[in-house]
Amino acid sequence: MITSFGITGLARSALAAAVMAGASVALPGAPANAAGDAPPPHIERQTWSFAGIKGRFDTEQLQRGFQVYQEVCASCHGLKRVYFRNLSEPGGPEFNEEAVKALAASWPNQIFDGPNEQGDIATRKGQIIKRPARLSDPILGPYDNDNQARAAQNGALPPDLSIITKARTVEYHGSVGGHVVQMMKDILNAYQESGPDYVHALLTGYKNAPADFKLAPGMNYNSAFPGNQIAMTEPLTNGRVKYQSKDIPATVDQYSRDVTAFLAWAADPRLNERKGMGWLVMLYLAITAVLLYFAKRKLWSSVH
Amino acid sequence: MAQHEDTYKPGSRLERWLDERLPLARMMHGQFVDFPTPRNLNYLWTFGGILTFCLMVQIVTGIVLAMHYVPSDKLAFDSIEHIRRDVNYGWLLRNVHAVGASMFFLAVYVHIARGLYYGSYKAPREVLWILGVIIYLLMMATGFLGYTLPWGQMSFWGVTVITNLFSSLDSVIPGLGTKIVTWLWGGYSVSGVTLNRFFSLHYLLPFVIAGVVALHIWALHVVGQNNPTGIEIKTRSDSVPMAPYAVMKDLFAMFVFIIVFAWFVFYAPDYLGHADNYIEANPLVTPPHIVPEWYYLPFYAILRAVPSKLGGVVLMFGSILLMLFLPWLDTSRVRSARYRPIFKWFLVLFFVSFLALGYLGAKPPEGWYVIWSRIFTIYYFAFFLLIMPILGVLETPSPMPRSITEAVLGKGGAQAAASKH
Repeated sequence: MITSFGITGLARSALAAAVMAGASVALPGAPANAAGDAPPPHIERQTWSFAGIKGRFDTEQLQRGFQVYQEVCASCHGLKRVYFRNLSEPGGPEFNEEAVKALAASWPNQIFDGPNEQGDIATRKGQIIKRPARLSDPILGPYDNDNQARAAQNGALPPDLSIITKARTVEYHGSVGGHVVQMMKDILNAYQESGPDYVHALLTGYKNAPADFKLAPGMNYNSAFPGNQIAMTEPLTNGRVKYQSKDIPATVDQYSRDVTAFLAWAADPRLNERKGMGWLVMLYLAITAVLLYFAKRKLWSSVH
Repeated sequence: MAQHEDTYKPGSRLERWLDERLPLARMMHGQFVDFPTPRNLNYLWTFGGILTFCLMVQIVTGIVLAMHYVPSDKLAFDSIEHIRRDVNYGWLLRNVHAVGASMFFLAVYVHIARGLYYGSYKAPREVLWILGVIIYLLMMATGFLGYTLPWGQMSFWGVTVITNLFSSLDSVIPGLGTKIVTWLWGGYSVSGVTLNRFFSLHYLLPFVIAGVVALHIWALHVVGQNNPTGIEIKTRSDSVPMAPYAVMKDLFAMFVFIIVFAWFVFYAPDYLGHADNYIEANPLVTPPHIVPEWYYLPFYAILRAVPSKLGGVVLMFGSILLMLFLPWLDTSRVRSARYRPIFKWFLVLFFVSFLALGYLGAKPPEGWYVIWSRIFTIYYFAFFLLIMPILGVLETPSPMPRSITEAVLGKGGAQAAASKH
């Protein structure tokens, strides 16, 4: 995929060449380098409570999604743009504030608290000085920095998940005419959920590799991931997370729906507020436009 | 300024006092109340006002966003997320500004297309048109600089690709292109230094645009508006005063436009953007497809249609600069395409090819996409350089009404209107 920059015919300067050389060092799990020549996988569109003009987050689903994040994803991935306080704010999982305080205090990935009064950033035993998280702190993953993450993950970097549903999309593959029609439909339906569709497809996309597929050592086959080789091992298995409610199926599909909804909230915590205000604004604009139209017609009736 | 009746009457003592010293109110009244507008303008003529609105929205939201944005390669991305999440109504401001850029370009393309169809670039409106082309170029520069600021992957790599275009000058004078690129970047790579200066220029250029817009409106008010017939205002019955007639119509159109605008702001704020720009800039990872914002895509397609780098750059900039010469490339004495039966279809084909280039600009430059890009690029230039000059001489225009009034009311109506005055 490095060639896609080259084909623009623009990267002739030595500097750009150097940058490209850097890019050619394959980083396992980095989306840019993972795409092969294989046809892009088909990603099915899902139904989301937060999709469309009337869409809102389902509080209970966000709570379940957080549980999946906490019990599964958080062992590798951070959520640094989300703060503990956000978990009790309206439009989100709306956990009880006291419960969130306790959660923050017990969160295993603590907050860097150095240098101390002596100027040390580590204890005598070599441990980095940290303190328990508070409501005003970000939800951190287990690694202090990217190098530490790569060292622990066989060279792969588990991305921060705060805006992952906005940073992923599904490209359209089809005819030109079909594309134009699809674009119009998507605008009218306020469809913006290709990111969540992709994340759901990825989490449910772990399958046995086809017999002729050459899988690199340490990699896993995934039907949704570009190039079909992903460093992350299958994170979800049926029954892995114990939901409180017995009515919710403990399946990979359900887990991935819930955690994707939670990540969609993490990426767009103002969605409920935005779509709620949208109705009022549209109503005001529509009524004013109609009034203006009749005023204009009356005014011009003497001219035409 | 064009000659027309002055109905300004200072109402109070203060107004009279001011009128004798600085007749600003009289000028505004003359230009925006009494100013005669052709009575036959259609809704395509409301986009001038809409564009003024767009510029004001971008400036106002931009000034507030700049209070929260941090132009640093370390903090820019974080500060945008901070605006989206924690600043009061920051999500709204940011959406309005980002969607606003797209709406601005949407409106300007309609505005330009209207000018092309009705021959608004022809004498005596050459300077008005040229000022418009300058505004469009400034808009493109401002939009490009602004897209850098979130410092996402597309920001970073977009800047890298576009600034690198200048390195093609190395094939003219060895070393010149590299020198220019280094000078633009403020170093040997796109970095925080580049971001900082781009922010400074992104804040500056909108005010330059506002200045040129003032000249554009001034020039418009000297020569008067064109209209769908392309026939100048001849008698009083050909026009109506700008206020309340044109103002009311503009206001209605503007609200319809804002409905579309608000739809994107509230329901699809990310639709017009690119997912890769939600990934923080990383000089070590190239995105699979580097694509500019939708409003640059036709020109991006022209750039990539040419096998030589320098040739692509020349054609891309040439395709816009060509517009400056339009008043002299079109040899027809008839303004409006309405009365040019053959030209009309060539022009429609031009619009189609422009849209097609936009589609192709978003596709990877391979196989048939390249071939079609070349075909439409050739037509783009042939339209301006061959069809316009030649067709203007050969074509027989269809019969035209004698006046705007006749076009609106028919022959009998025109006589009745004439006898009234």
